[in-house]
Amino acid sequence: MNCIIVDDEATARLIVAQLCSNVKELEVIDAFGSAMEAIKFLNQNTVDVIFLDIHMPGFSGFDFVQTLKNPPKIVLTTSDTNFAIEAYEYEAIVDYLVKPVTQDRFNKSIQKVKAALAKSPEPETVSNNTTNSNSSLGEELYINIDRRLIKINFNDIQLIEAKGDYIEVKTTKENYRVRNTLKKIKDKLPEKLFLQIHRSYIINFTKIVDIEDNSVLIEKNVVPISRSNRPELMRRLNLL
Amino acid sequence: MEQPNLNYVHKLADGNTEFLNQFISIIKSEFPDENQTYINAIMAKDNKASAEIVHKLKHKFNILGLEKAYGLAVTYEEQLLKGTYDLHDEFKLILERITTYLKTI
Repeated sequence: MNCIIVDDEATARLIVAQLCSNVKELEVIDAFGSAMEAIKFLNQNTVDVIFLDIHMPGFSGFDFVQTLKNPPKIVLTTSDTNFAIEAYEYEAIVDYLVKPVTQDRFNKSIQKVKAALAKSPEPETVSNNTTNSNSSLGEELYINIDRRLIKINFNDIQLIEAKGDYIEVKTTKENYRVRNTLKKIKDKLPEKLFLQIHRSYIINFTKIVDIEDNSVLIEKNVVPISRSNRPELMRRLNLL
Repeated sequence: MEQPNLNYVHKLADGNTEFLNQFISIIKSEFPDENQTYINAIMAKDNKASAEIVHKLKHKFNILGLEKAYGLAVTYEEQLLKGTYDLHDEFKLILERITTYLKTI
């Protein structure tokens, strides 16, 4: 059984590593001071367990869990007890350790991890970027403009913006204004190619030029990323 | 008044001096930085940054066996998030006590 440790405090990482060293079948592959470093690692590697601090600057442990499509088993480590209820809303979270953790308590946690691993299939960790596999889908959508059904290839759509009772479909050739809702068109789009990153925007993942803190550039359009949608966007990226 | 100690760390080390030395080395370098971060946040009257660093420091109180100090830090963190700095003096005394202790190990 292998694991990684994610905690912004060096003393905490060392303590968890020491706890792990006393469990024969557990091997610590690496330890990370930030969630982003761990995500980059998980893009290339699979692990059985993550010992994860909840309270980290910028990107909380829960944000981190949400970025993992099929997460491995996760044991939360925290100084707070008031996150416990939220923790158990995530299927991947097997246990919740309150610091300072004793060896006995840690060993019990490992038993829980083993039991959970025995029940579940192999983890896939972070999903790969879906861009390449979807860029030639060749599928299309018909939209009704002035009683004409106009065919739009999925690959031509850059983004879709909600504007009151209308949606605007921006393509590489033309923009179309359609009386419809973002939710309805979202249901018609292939999930692997499109992603809602804000309550008013769905973007074509293959059209991203770059991403800043809270916005995405699609061709020449700057599109905001909402905080709640950001983890999913980060999960979909093939981060180096 | 409770004193900082390494009881928890010794128990965890279970004779592993390499771990013990590593821990002492890390806490000696990490704590002064966090202490300074706290002072800077207080001087800047940044209550959110202050609460953030108090949260980090309280974990060290726990490790160093300072249970009452930990309780105070929990309350202080909550108060800071509401913009109240009343427990600053008491908190500062705890930090000073730890600073003195770390020089002895």
